[in-house]
Amino acid sequence: MTDQIRVDSLSKTYVLHTQGGIEIPVFADAALSVASGECVTLHGPSGAGKSTLLRCLYGNCKPDSGAIHVSHGEGTVDIASAPPRVVMEVRRRTLGYVSQFLRAIPRVPALDVVAEPLRALGVPVETAQARAGELLARLRIPERLWSLAPATFSGGEQQRVNIARGFAARHPILLLDEPTASLDARNRAVVIELIAEAKAAGTALVGVFHDDEVREAVSTRVHTMQG
Amino acid sequence: MTSAPGYNFAYLDEQTKRMIRRAILKAVAIPGYQVPFGSREMPLPYGWGTGGIQVTAAVIGPEDRLKVIDQGADDTTNAVSIRRFFARTAGVATTERTAAATVIQTRHRIPETPLSEGQILVYQVPIPEPLRWLEPRETETRKMHALADYGAMHVKLYEDIARFGRIATTYDYPVLVNGRYLMRPSPIPKFDNPKMNMNPALQLFGAGREKRIYAVPPYTPVKSLDFEDHPFEIQSWDQACALCGGTDSFLDEVVTDDRGGRIYVCSDTHHCATRRDAVQEAAE
Amino acid sequence: MNPLLTVSGLTRMYGNRVGCRDVSFELWPGGVMGIVGESGSGKSTLLSCLSARLEPTAGRVLYDTREDGPVDIYAMGEPRRRMLMRTDWGIVHQNPRDGLRMGVSAGANVGERLMAVGARHYGEIRAQADDWLRKVEIDGERIDDLPLTFSGGMLQRLQIARNLVTHPRLVFMDEPTGGLDVSVQARLLDLLRRLVTDLGLAAIIVTHDLAVARLLAHRLMVMRRGEVVETGLTDQVLDDPHHPYTQLLVSSVLQP
Repeated sequence: MTDQIRVDSLSKTYVLHTQGGIEIPVFADAALSVASGECVTLHGPSGAGKSTLLRCLYGNCKPDSGAIHVSHGEGTVDIASAPPRVVMEVRRRTLGYVSQFLRAIPRVPALDVVAEPLRALGVPVETAQARAGELLARLRIPERLWSLAPATFSGGEQQRVNIARGFAARHPILLLDEPTASLDARNRAVVIELIAEAKAAGTALVGVFHDDEVREAVSTRVHTMQG
Repeated sequence: MTSAPGYNFAYLDEQTKRMIRRAILKAVAIPGYQVPFGSREMPLPYGWGTGGIQVTAAVIGPEDRLKVIDQGADDTTNAVSIRRFFARTAGVATTERTAAATVIQTRHRIPETPLSEGQILVYQVPIPEPLRWLEPRETETRKMHALADYGAMHVKLYEDIARFGRIATTYDYPVLVNGRYLMRPSPIPKFDNPKMNMNPALQLFGAGREKRIYAVPPYTPVKSLDFEDHPFEIQSWDQACALCGGTDSFLDEVVTDDRGGRIYVCSDTHHCATRRDAVQEAAE
Repeated sequence: MNPLLTVSGLTRMYGNRVGCRDVSFELWPGGVMGIVGESGSGKSTLLSCLSARLEPTAGRVLYDTREDGPVDIYAMGEPRRRMLMRTDWGIVHQNPRDGLRMGVSAGANVGERLMAVGARHYGEIRAQADDWLRKVEIDGERIDDLPLTFSGGMLQRLQIARNLVTHPRLVFMDEPTGGLDVSVQARLLDLLRRLVTDLGLAAIIVTHDLAVARLLAHRLMVMRRGEVVETGLTDQVLDDPHHPYTQLLVSSVLQP
């Protein structure tokens, strides 16, 4: 099976210039491979750099050295060194990401927030909204909320909108950063289902879950990180 | 007739007249282009035709016959004063007959009688710059002329239609000369605009206060701006002239009493008089 | 495909003082670039240089014209540059009064660019103006009203309609939401975001508001004292800033 993600000797240190230039090493020489149909969960103590690694994979965090090869279309792209334009294209077509918090955009209804990744791929409005509605329904967002901007939603509702958005476009690679943090048991079960379906469809997933139950349910493999 | 002693011929000194003639030659060479010139102080206030008078003084010769009209009339103060001015300072013959005149100075009208080759029509111009209302900077309007960057001019006509349902500009209606320069025809009614097009006479424009001269040489195309779906139209009246009965000339509204009574009469007094004479002759 | 804009070594000096120095980047069709930095950092000088309004002291700005491919915008003739500025480009000023004709109706403001490039059919010009007013959420009934009667947010939206009516490929915006109430800002931002996405516009947006930058820009350029100190994907620059100045800028934002 071909690797969808291959991380080679990745290092990251935060330098806080506003606090006297303190250096906070996060990880060094990290390596990771993820094949399609796999869900690799990152495990380790708090501060081990799980979220940072995930953000590096998405291009949201810039590593100091190393490479992140992501298979994109016919070839591969090194997210660590690719120009912004290429990273954006990889995100549009290949990389999905569910962040810990939804960044609500004023005035954009929940349905459109979820449909947006599909719209970016050129999917017609109706099709994109149908898929968005299906996901919102599965995640138990009442239909009366779909036309409202999520800024006023509760934390749990916002997170479910965020999850729906992440799964909407069925990207070949999906990164999950504590998606179940503020969810109740029923909704956690839906997320586990969604992950299982994605795996079955050949998606390569990388996730951080603080919840042992969820981690055990979805992991193909656990990648342990030391602080 | 000879000119009054103490004045140079036609009031201006010879060097000034040469300077103005050079400006006129340049204006004729570039139809519609505004040529700056060193406008002189004249013995009458700005706005009374100082530009037109300087142009007339520069082109008039002892053999010329001068006609002066103001709003089409030969007998209004302005027309009478200017005619008398040249009679005195140049000793030239004057006339009220359009066809007999070699030089016609005008304010706000073009005579109804068609002009012919060899005649010169001199317009008095208050504001020469057609783009001034939309662009106050002279540097910018010059650049717009240089680049024939005139699209924004239609904004004014658009506003007219939006507000009144038709192009409501009725005088000083902007024209494009020789397909190149945008020009203000001076405050003549748009009724007269078509007369400028391919006219056999030389048309000269003088703006004294603004120090600009421009020209439309004989047989030059002059097009009034318009929209495809709102083409240029001239005014029409449902009355005839109360004096001569004519229906094809520009009419002025005249209030006749304090009870709202009014009549319409030809603005071109010579044209009206000629027709009345003809009607009378036919009757006799 | 060529970059829409290729900027190399762009420098503008004001005597001995630096306006902006040695700026280079490429902007691709549909790309939205944010330029952030505090007042006096050279953002507006750079924007003026990029949009053919201020000749740089050194460096080049190549624009990929529809007809002849990349052309140096300061080497092309004035008529061509003017044509470009009113067809392929849009410029949205911070103060809408700088970009609008306050003395003519909203419809004429939107229609002007069409007339400037040769439209001579009143009915069609008006129909397009009406269409664009609606697109920027201005009631069609206001088409004959003077901008003087519009609120600040409406004026800014009118300015945007006036710029977009010729379907430009590149829009320059200088603090487009500056000076507006927060609620009005939100509406404008949403509108801009939608228009930029729907029309595939490329844009260069100068702002000192990082939230505006995050919402609108794909990429960021952080400027300080006339120089670019950091560039990258918008979320990467804001979430993982590297340069000390960017870190200061990001950490200085107040959270409501």
